[in-house]
Amino acid sequence: MSFGAAVSKAADMKELETSLREARRRRRKETLIERFFFLNGLMAILILGGIFALLFIKAYPAFAELGILQFFAGAVWNPTSYSIPRYGILSLIVSSLMVTLGALIIAVPLGVGCAAFISEMASKRFKEILKPAIEILAAIPSVVVGFLGIVLVNPIISKLFGVSHGLNALNGSILLAIMALPTIVSLSEDALRAVPQTYKEASLALGANRWQTLVRVSIPSALSGIIASIMLGMGRAIGETMTVLMATGNAPALTFNFLEAIQTMTATIAIELGEVPYNTTHYYALFVIGFVLFVMTFVVNLISDVILQKYQEVER
Amino acid sequence: MSKKFTERLGFALLAACAVLVLLFLGIILFDIFSKGIGVISWNFLSQPPKQGMTEGGIFPAILGTFLVSIITVAFAVPLGMFAAVYLHEYARPGRTTRMIRLAIRNLSGVPSIVYGLFGVVLFVQLMHLGTSILSAGLTLGLLTLPWTITACEEALKTVPKAYREGALALGATKWHAIRTNVLPYAIPGMLTGVILGLARAAGETAPILFTGAAFFLPHLPGSIFDQFMALPYHLYILATQHHDIAKVRPIAYGTALVLLGLILLLSFSAIWLRYRYRQGLKG
Amino acid sequence: MFRKSWYFAGLFAIAFTTLVLSVPMANGQGMIQVKGSDSEVNLVQRLAEVFMQKNPGVNISVTGGGSGTGIAALINKQTDIANSSRELSAKEEEAAKKAGVSPFRVAFATDGISVILHPENPVSKLTVDQLGKIFKGEIGNWKEVGGPDMKISLYGRQSNSGTYVFFREFVLKGDYSQHMKSMNGNAQIVEGVQRDKAGVGYAAVGYVVGSSGEVKPGVKILNVAKDEKSEAYNPAKMENVMTGKYPISRPLNQYLNGKPSGKLLDFMKFQISPEGQEIVRKQGFFPVQANWAEFNRKQGL
Repeated sequence: MSFGAAVSKAADMKELETSLREARRRRRKETLIERFFFLNGLMAILILGGIFALLFIKAYPAFAELGILQFFAGAVWNPTSYSIPRYGILSLIVSSLMVTLGALIIAVPLGVGCAAFISEMASKRFKEILKPAIEILAAIPSVVVGFLGIVLVNPIISKLFGVSHGLNALNGSILLAIMALPTIVSLSEDALRAVPQTYKEASLALGANRWQTLVRVSIPSALSGIIASIMLGMGRAIGETMTVLMATGNAPALTFNFLEAIQTMTATIAIELGEVPYNTTHYYALFVIGFVLFVMTFVVNLISDVILQKYQEVER
Repeated sequence: MSKKFTERLGFALLAACAVLVLLFLGIILFDIFSKGIGVISWNFLSQPPKQGMTEGGIFPAILGTFLVSIITVAFAVPLGMFAAVYLHEYARPGRTTRMIRLAIRNLSGVPSIVYGLFGVVLFVQLMHLGTSILSAGLTLGLLTLPWTITACEEALKTVPKAYREGALALGATKWHAIRTNVLPYAIPGMLTGVILGLARAAGETAPILFTGAAFFLPHLPGSIFDQFMALPYHLYILATQHHDIAKVRPIAYGTALVLLGLILLLSFSAIWLRYRYRQGLKG
Repeated sequence: MFRKSWYFAGLFAIAFTTLVLSVPMANGQGMIQVKGSDSEVNLVQRLAEVFMQKNPGVNISVTGGGSGTGIAALINKQTDIANSSRELSAKEEEAAKKAGVSPFRVAFATDGISVILHPENPVSKLTVDQLGKIFKGEIGNWKEVGGPDMKISLYGRQSNSGTYVFFREFVLKGDYSQHMKSMNGNAQIVEGVQRDKAGVGYAAVGYVVGSSGEVKPGVKILNVAKDEKSEAYNPAKMENVMTGKYPISRPLNQYLNGKPSGKLLDFMKFQISPEGQEIVRKQGFFPVQANWAEFNRKQGL
């Protein structure tokens, strides 16, 4: 080829090389960016795993020193005892479950009923009042609810039930029900709203009235969503700290009487973590409680997830 | 019983449920407002507590809550945004993505006291940050993170696909497309989520109990390594540990009202923002 | 409306504020920190207030948290004075030695731990032994000690409280009942008993007695006898506590790290001066007993 042609071919090749290099650089940059975002996404798993690992690492010395049975087969929690320290957390677990159960007994019928009302019955105007109201209820901090438990619910319970004081499991249940309600209401309402219109129309066409349609078609069809919402509310109740700390009396005895003072797992940690020297058996024992709490809420959330997954699959 | 009767009864029950829930809310708001409003004054909001907390105001607690919230936001917002961008823009369906989503959902269910435990070990002890605004802010940041991620993802979902695809069609790289054609439109929605998460974090007590909150400090915090007073903790101590509970009860109500007011203000601004943004996007 | 620039401005504002805040500002150097006993916190706050009025330029911060918390803070060198309504335990003395802290004890007041009941409860006196059994849960109903047929409702403190430990050492000599409600401070116990007809609790005398020795409204203070053969005495009367007739008395202490000097020494001297002791009386507590005053003097105070 001629000299001129060779030069221009070389120039073209140079340009090609440069643009290829640029393209490679851009791709590398893109990959780096993507990897950066991936790491951020991975954060969630890292944090969850980190919490689990840390709780276990800090709880392990207590297990090693005292044995698992001390914790799970004992109903007396008295680490600062006059004589022998005891680390039985059964009574604490029972207390946590009691207030949670009590809260669900109140919040489930109320919550699902309210959700059904919003999705089936409420006029647009009522909806505009109710839905923000539920969001406001959800925003009330737990310490304020606990405060009202002491000043408001306490005297009411003692008068109503003729007991000498109102700092007990019942008080805690009522307060936790108030805190779990927004979760149950909004998620159940979502579930009910997602029921295909065709189901409802078919039911009405077959002669059922609106109530029967609700009870026999909508609710069963939305059941998984409703159950998932209940489990989430339950998880919230088990993990609640300030409310029960302020209103349940904090007596660590094992009891099934709702009118007696109890002490939940969360309250125990909140009371004792501040007064325990770091890295003592008592300190590690508190992490045992934390670990059990974590596992319990994890399991509840997992079950709720599985139910929601199944629900989404079925609907598809 | 006739069908019609059961229907009427059933719906009446449902209405009763709704009314009861509204009643709960009404009683709570009424009690706090009526017993707290008498204490609120400019003095109350701007003065520190005096005479052993029986007089004066709660300014340091308001400031403390504000300072911790800044740290919380500084930590949770960027992380949350980036994680949301990953989940929505880059993630491919598969086991890893499912696990990430599962982890996020589970993190939002972890009890606040467990976050507190984690914060004490990680930030206060291991990282030697001590009981401070920083430790407490980071702990609250962790608590807020799942919420922030979810909210940012929701915001990204509302940006129409066309925006993204248009940019890609013109030859932009993926990141470039996201940066110029998706993020700017998702920011307001993200802001809403951030403010709502902030409102929640401001009311949390358990995570800050052992990571930095103090009942009485004679000086305002001078750096993020200092302890601080905070509204929810202040309310807790006024209601249970103070040495003259009866006398400070009105101040406790006032604190509750200020805390509630702050949270509601934040929530409403976030909701208003979301509303305006949705209107904007429609047009 | 929401351009990228706003977003970056917001981020910058956050970063700036954080940066500004991390520059440590003058933070009250030369401040005296006092932490610990809830029983003593009100009293010491008042003493500190008056001292600061007389000595402008001195800053004293007094917080509660319980005797245990105060002692732990002293051992961790996080406080100048630990208010403690009980003595140091052997474990704490060891920990102090290991941390290089030498506890210097000063007794600055006397307390008669008062057992309080609801005013409508007819029971007016009990022996120490009966009290112990009640709080251990061995006596469960008021009718067993001459009261109405009601289940006894127990109010107590938490394990970080000096009062909790002292009461257990000298009255129960065993473990508290698991049904005892753990309250966060003396005032919460008083509040609980005020509302509870079957309630009984223990509190530092300054929380139930006023400035001229009168019992605060809403509770009743029990007369306590050392044993069945002795007389029952009421802690509201100073003479009963000072002469030891009332069986549940104790000195109120402050622990420091080594002998104090400078402003710290002045504050300690002020508390046990006649003026300081007058303030102690006004707060419902009692002055230092003679033998403890001698102890203070021997240490150079």
